[in-house]
Amino acid sequence: MNEDIAISVKNVSKNFKLPHEKADSIKSLFVNPFNKSRNKFEVQHALRNISFDIPKGEFFGIVGRNGSGKSTLLKIIAGIYQPNKGSISVNGKLVPFIELGVGFNPQLTGRENVYLNGALLGFSEKEVDKKYDSIVDFAEIERFMDQKLKNYSSGMQVRLAFSVATILAESDILLIDEVLAVGDADFQRKCFEYFKKLKKHKKTVVFVSHDMSAVREFCDRAILIESSEIIAEGSVDTVASQYSRLFLDIDEETRSNQSSERWGDQRASFRRVKITSGKVLNDSSQTIIFEAEIIANKDIDSLVTGSSITTATGEELCGTNTQHRKVKIEHIKKGEVMKIVWEYPNIFSDGRYTINVTLHGPNGGVVAEWWEGAESFVVRREEKSPFPTTPDIKLQLIRKVS
Amino acid sequence: MKTFEQLKQKYHYSAILLRQLVITDFKIRYKNSVLGYVWTLIRPLALFAILYVVFVMFLRVGDAVPHYAVYLLLGIILWNYFVEVTNNGVSAIVGKGDMLCKLAFPRYVVVVSGSFSALISLMINLMVFTFFMIINGVPFTWNILWLIPLIIELFIFSLSIAFILSALYVRFRDINYIWEVVLQAGFYATPILYPITLVVAMSPLISKIMILNPIAQIMQDARHLIITQDAVTIGGIYGNTFARLIPLAIVIILALISSVYFKKKSPSFAEEI
Repeated sequence: MNEDIAISVKNVSKNFKLPHEKADSIKSLFVNPFNKSRNKFEVQHALRNISFDIPKGEFFGIVGRNGSGKSTLLKIIAGIYQPNKGSISVNGKLVPFIELGVGFNPQLTGRENVYLNGALLGFSEKEVDKKYDSIVDFAEIERFMDQKLKNYSSGMQVRLAFSVATILAESDILLIDEVLAVGDADFQRKCFEYFKKLKKHKKTVVFVSHDMSAVREFCDRAILIESSEIIAEGSVDTVASQYSRLFLDIDEETRSNQSSERWGDQRASFRRVKITSGKVLNDSSQTIIFEAEIIANKDIDSLVTGSSITTATGEELCGTNTQHRKVKIEHIKKGEVMKIVWEYPNIFSDGRYTINVTLHGPNGGVVAEWWEGAESFVVRREEKSPFPTTPDIKLQLIRKVS
Repeated sequence: MKTFEQLKQKYHYSAILLRQLVITDFKIRYKNSVLGYVWTLIRPLALFAILYVVFVMFLRVGDAVPHYAVYLLLGIILWNYFVEVTNNGVSAIVGKGDMLCKLAFPRYVVVVSGSFSALISLMINLMVFTFFMIINGVPFTWNILWLIPLIIELFIFSLSIAFILSALYVRFRDINYIWEVVLQAGFYATPILYPITLVVAMSPLISKIMILNPIAQIMQDARHLIITQDAVTIGGIYGNTFARLIPLAIVIILALISSVYFKKKSPSFAEEI
C-alpha cells in the first residue's frame, strides 16, 4: 500500500440479512425444522461497491441522508462490522471514536470511568495517569470527579467523554460520527476548536455528518452516499450542493403528499395561502410574496396572525407576526374575510423552504389555526454559501502598495 | 504476516482492557449492597450450611468419610466457580452489546474478564476453606499446591463452555433457560454432596461415566489430595491412573472447539445482537 494513504477502501459491499421471522429461539428450530419459510430472509444492501482512498492528513467527510449507509461504512472502517466483499486497509493507529463515552458505567465515579474508557481506547492506567489532570481540566468538572456518573447531567457526561477521547486519543486516524449533535452551544464551540486543532496537526479524520456547514468548514474532501452507493466524490462544495439537491428532488417527488399540518380551534381559519411572486427565486433582488386569506367563523375580539419560513431540514429561519409589527386586528365579525400579504426579502441560501402561517390570540393566546407547510418555494443561487441565510452582504476590497 | 511488534501491540491492548474490565466488574458487583464483598463468602457458605444440615446432619450422607464438612465445602466452592463462570459467559457478549456495536476490540476479552472475576472469588473462597480445614483438624500438607494445576484445568474447562454459551446466546436467547436446567441437573450428577462411593456401590458403570465429567474428576482429585485419601479419584474407579487422561482430553478438545467456534462467530456479533 502506498505510504501516503491512511485508509484505503476497495470495492466494499455489505449486506444485512434480515430474516422474516428471526429464528432466535431453539424451539422454532425443533418445532418446524423443515419449514422453508424459516430460512427466508431479505437481503438488505447497506453498501455496494464502495471504493475510495483517504490520504494521510486529510479531513474527509462522509455525508448522506439517514439510512444511506454512511454509519455502516464508518463501522466497517472501524472494524466493528466485516464487509461481505472488498477490503479495507488502514495505515496507522486508528481510534474508533464512533461514539463518545463507550462503556461508561453510571455506577462508577467520574474518575473510574476515565480509566475504563481510556482502557477501551487502548491506554493503560499509567498512560491515563499522566494525562488525568489535563482531562479533568478540559472537561471542567473537577468537583464531580469522585461522584458517581449517574449523578452527572447529560451535558457533563458528554464533556467528560469528549475530553477523555480528545486528550488521550493522540492517534493518527480518528473516526467521528455526529458528535456535534449533542451538547450545548458552548460545547459545540469546543468541538470545533478541537477539529481546528486536528486540522492543524494534520491528523487524518473521517467525519460523518448531516451538518453541511460543519462539513464545509472542516473537510478537505467528501463523498456523498445515497442508497448504498457513492453518488458524488470530490471537493466539499460539489458534494454539499449535490447533497442539498437530494432534498430538492425528494421534495418534488413527494410534492402531492407534502407534509402539511394544521391544527387549532377554528374560531378563525385560513381559507388559502398563495404565493403571488415566483416560486423560484434566483438572487437577492427578488422577494417572496405570499398572501393568506383568513375567515372568522365567530365574533372575535382580537387576533394575531404570523408567518415563518422553515428550511428543508426543519430549521425555522425567520418570521414575524402582526403583534410584533404593531398591526392590530380587533373586533372581527363572524364571516368577515381578511387578506394579509407578506413580503420577505430573499435572504435565503440555495434550497427549498416551506411557509408556515399562524392565527392565534394576542400574546401567544389560544391557537385558532396553525398551518405548517402551507406553501413552499425554492431558491437557486449561483453563489454557494455554507450559511443558512445569504443576505446581500456588501464588501469592499482596498489594496495599497506601500 | 503480522510482525512481532504488531502482535505485541494487539495483546497489549487486550491485556489493558482485560485488567480494566475485571476491576470494573469487581467494583460494580456489590455496589449498593450493605455487606459488599462479604457476599462473595456468604453465598457459598450459606449453600454449604443448608446442604450440611439437610444431608449431613439429617440424612447422614457422609458418615463414612472423615472431615465430611470440609469435603462438602470444597466441592461447593469448586462447583460455584463453574456456575459463576458459565453464567457470566451466557450474558457476556449480549450484555456488552452496546460496547460491541461501537468499538472494535477483541471480543474474547469480555468473556475472559468474567472468568477472571470469578477466579478472584474462588481465591477468596479457598482462603476461607483453608481456615475451615485447619479448624476441622485436617492436617495441612503441601499437597495443597496440587490445587494449582487442578484449578487451571477447571479454569480452561469453564472458560471453554463460557465461550460456546456466549456465542450461542447471541443467536438463541433460550440458552440461559436451558443452561439453568443443565446446571441444576449437573449439581446432582456431580458428586458434590454425596461421596461417589455411594454410586460405585450401586452401579460401577454409572460411576465410571460420572467421573468422566472433568469437574467430577477435578473435585475428587482435589479432595483426595488435600482432605482425605478416602475420596475416590478417577484412577481409583477405573483402577488405572491413566484414566485421568480422558477428562483431560475432553477439556483440551473442548477448548479447541470453543476457540475455533468463538473465533468464527465473533466477527458477526455486532450485527446480530
